[in-house]
Amino acid sequence: MITVAPYESAVRPARSPGFRSLVLAEWTKLRTVRGWVAGLLLAVLLPVGITLLQHGTCGYIWPGGSSIGCPGDPIGPDGGAVVDTFYFVHQALPADGSITARVTSLTGHYSPTGDVHVSDSGVLSGLTSGVQPWSKAGIMIKASTTRGSAYAAMLVTGSNGVRMQWNYTGDTAGLPGSVSASSPRWLRLTRSGSVVTGFESMNGSTWTKVGSISVRGLPPSGTVQVGLFATSPSYEVITQSLGSGGGGGGPSLATGTFDNVAVSGSSGGSWTGTSLQPPPPPGPPVKQGADQAFNKFFGGTHVQAGTSSFTVSGSGDIAPDVLDAPDGNGVSPQSSLTGMFGALLVVIIVAALFIAAEYRKGMVRVTFTASPSRWTVLAAKSVVIGLVTFAVSLVAVGITLPVGLHNSRTDGYWIPPIPALTEVRMIAGTALLLALMAVLALTIGTMLRRSVLAIAGVVVVIFVPYLLAHVTGILPTSAQDWLLRGAPTAAFSIQQAYPAYHQVLAPYSAADGFYPLSPWAGIGVLVAWTLVALLAAGWLLRRRDA
Amino acid sequence: MSGAAVAGHAGAGPAGVAPVRGAGHLQLAPCFRLALHAEWTKLRTLSSTTWTLAATAVLTIAVGTAASAAYRCAPGFCSLAATGADPAKITLTGLYIGQVLVAVLGVLVVGGEYGSGMIRVTLSAMPRRLHVLAAKAAVFTGVVLVAALAGVLGSMAAGRLLLPGRGLSAANGYAVLSLGSRTDLRAFGGSVLYLALIGLLALGITAAVRDSGAAIGIVLGLLFLFPIVTSVMPDHVLARHLEQASPMIAGMYIEATAGLQSLPLTPWQGLGVLALWALAALLLGGLALRLRDA
Repeated sequence: MITVAPYESAVRPARSPGFRSLVLAEWTKLRTVRGWVAGLLLAVLLPVGITLLQHGTCGYIWPGGSSIGCPGDPIGPDGGAVVDTFYFVHQALPADGSITARVTSLTGHYSPTGDVHVSDSGVLSGLTSGVQPWSKAGIMIKASTTRGSAYAAMLVTGSNGVRMQWNYTGDTAGLPGSVSASSPRWLRLTRSGSVVTGFESMNGSTWTKVGSISVRGLPPSGTVQVGLFATSPSYEVITQSLGSGGGGGGPSLATGTFDNVAVSGSSGGSWTGTSLQPPPPPGPPVKQGADQAFNKFFGGTHVQAGTSSFTVSGSGDIAPDVLDAPDGNGVSPQSSLTGMFGALLVVIIVAALFIAAEYRKGMVRVTFTASPSRWTVLAAKSVVIGLVTFAVSLVAVGITLPVGLHNSRTDGYWIPPIPALTEVRMIAGTALLLALMAVLALTIGTMLRRSVLAIAGVVVVIFVPYLLAHVTGILPTSAQDWLLRGAPTAAFSIQQAYPAYHQVLAPYSAADGFYPLSPWAGIGVLVAWTLVALLAAGWLLRRRDA
Repeated sequence: MSGAAVAGHAGAGPAGVAPVRGAGHLQLAPCFRLALHAEWTKLRTLSSTTWTLAATAVLTIAVGTAASAAYRCAPGFCSLAATGADPAKITLTGLYIGQVLVAVLGVLVVGGEYGSGMIRVTLSAMPRRLHVLAAKAAVFTGVVLVAALAGVLGSMAAGRLLLPGRGLSAANGYAVLSLGSRTDLRAFGGSVLYLALIGLLALGITAAVRDSGAAIGIVLGLLFLFPIVTSVMPDHVLARHLEQASPMIAGMYIEATAGLQSLPLTPWQGLGVLALWALAALLLGGLALRLRDA
């Protein structure tokens, strides 16, 4: 008898493929389309090429010579670039001690039009009386008279009341209001090692502590300088005009009047006046009477009356270096990332085609037959395009940024130092930004199904607001601000290299690399947009026939 | 082709067989007028054409109106000397969006046929390929001019209504927008031509690369990468040269009615740069169409 075994297929029953095999499938699709691979290669080459184009020269030209290289600012005790230009009347403080002074007035000079005329005989005209909001006069304990050295100060300001400031970025508010003969301010600083404590008083008998700071860089033992100072930042008239933002600006001078000046713990030395100034530009020294008179006036001076009364005037600022402030200096490393826009464009195209091409070729029906869960397909595609874009962008930005920085430095530009963590955030954040925008392009491609519309739509959403906000200046500030807070473009804040400071007045515009949102909050806005777009795309994908 | 052959046979057929009448006109290659007619039919029967054209006009006006409505100048700083504002340019902000839509249509007009395979039917029916491209370009230019005219005139009307209330009034030294003024006529009329030329640039590039996705990417890259790159370029001489060569920056000089001295080119020269880009793209597209298999 013949027994026939019942037929059993050797093929195992089909199971829906797992997520990992779907990711593998999508990765295979991506890497086997030659045009897309070429595009991803272009995403590396294009930014590098654009960056190589970004050449210029920073330097000086004078009759009969020139030099390449723009001077930098001094580096403060915390490692950041600082502005340290002021007039200092000082004496040595060999050990612990204190300084007390009463400020009876703070006045100033500036030119409303920005034009200061100096006659050949050295008479300045065009100046008006008035202080700047952050004109400063007060008392200071400073490690040395070297620019950029550690310090702590108690000071009165033009319109920000009494402040205690230290090491350029530190700032604590004291009594509000402006100072006058009828409403003077008493200021006191005591040094105990490297700890400096600031006090203020209205009458010289009741003292209030403003702050006690361990000043990094101030020697815990040994001689420091103690004294009176005055300075006043350059200013810029910022009109609301758009595009061609006109306005004047120029240096300003502050004059502080002090009496009851007393130093305890000093060796009883005499007072010395020092004008801390940036080194003169290269080339022959200024010989013209007019320029010399200008430099002398804004270099500052002091007059001593009796043993404890002083008038001190000075110009400049004691503050962090802010690139787009009138006293600021340097070029942001962010400008070396501009080439990444080339990569962004290519990545958007590849990401949109990654799904739109499936619709055009009908491949999408095969895809959904093989794995009927459409959400999973969308997730797998997002993971693949996101990771691939992140990796490609990381390579691109990892080459572009060092190349750009090297270019700028050899061209003579000075790039203020940034902390290593900030640099890592700028590089990794830019790659993350491109990855998220690629996923956004994928979802819009899923919703619109047609490559042309999807690519144009994403480019409009990302490039046009950027152009309007950063480049053309057509949009009013309020609209720009909205775009940089609410639109996907807010994520460019991840590229911000330097922080903004309330004690330095500057436009802080996006064109100069300052954003209204913090770096990670900006990325958060883009993540939110991407998530919403993913949900919408997934819902449409399930709802519509392929 | 086969039609002509059959007709030839019929003409030389044995006596007694009447030549097939009516097929005779097929012997002539369809003349340019027929090509125009065919392209017009294809264009007008696609609903995406109507939508894109309507969106071009509507979004151009909407963005222009929003920019005009959002314009602010600080009180006391509204004079022409203080703002340096160009009312025509503010009014025409919508061109940034309008040009993208026109470019999309320019890509779809050619790329759609390649995507669907229709191009083989078109070229079978009309073997003279340059005639096909010329007819496409002509019909496309015609419809884009209509949409662009609507968008530009609408933007101008909005600017005329809104800007005087935003400080850019005659009292502050600004001329009211009017087609009677030669400079405004140049700005607004030229902007209509600007949109048409952007469309032709897109059409030409698509004919050259055939793939819609790649084509729109190249067009938008040409438009938007130039201004972003030049904005941070430290070498101002090189930046100025790149601006002179950029299809969008140079082309948009046509919008300028103020501060012409500071432009690297005159308005018409700027539009001329864009025209050269469009011409080069069309030539490249024509060459590719002529030399390659479809």
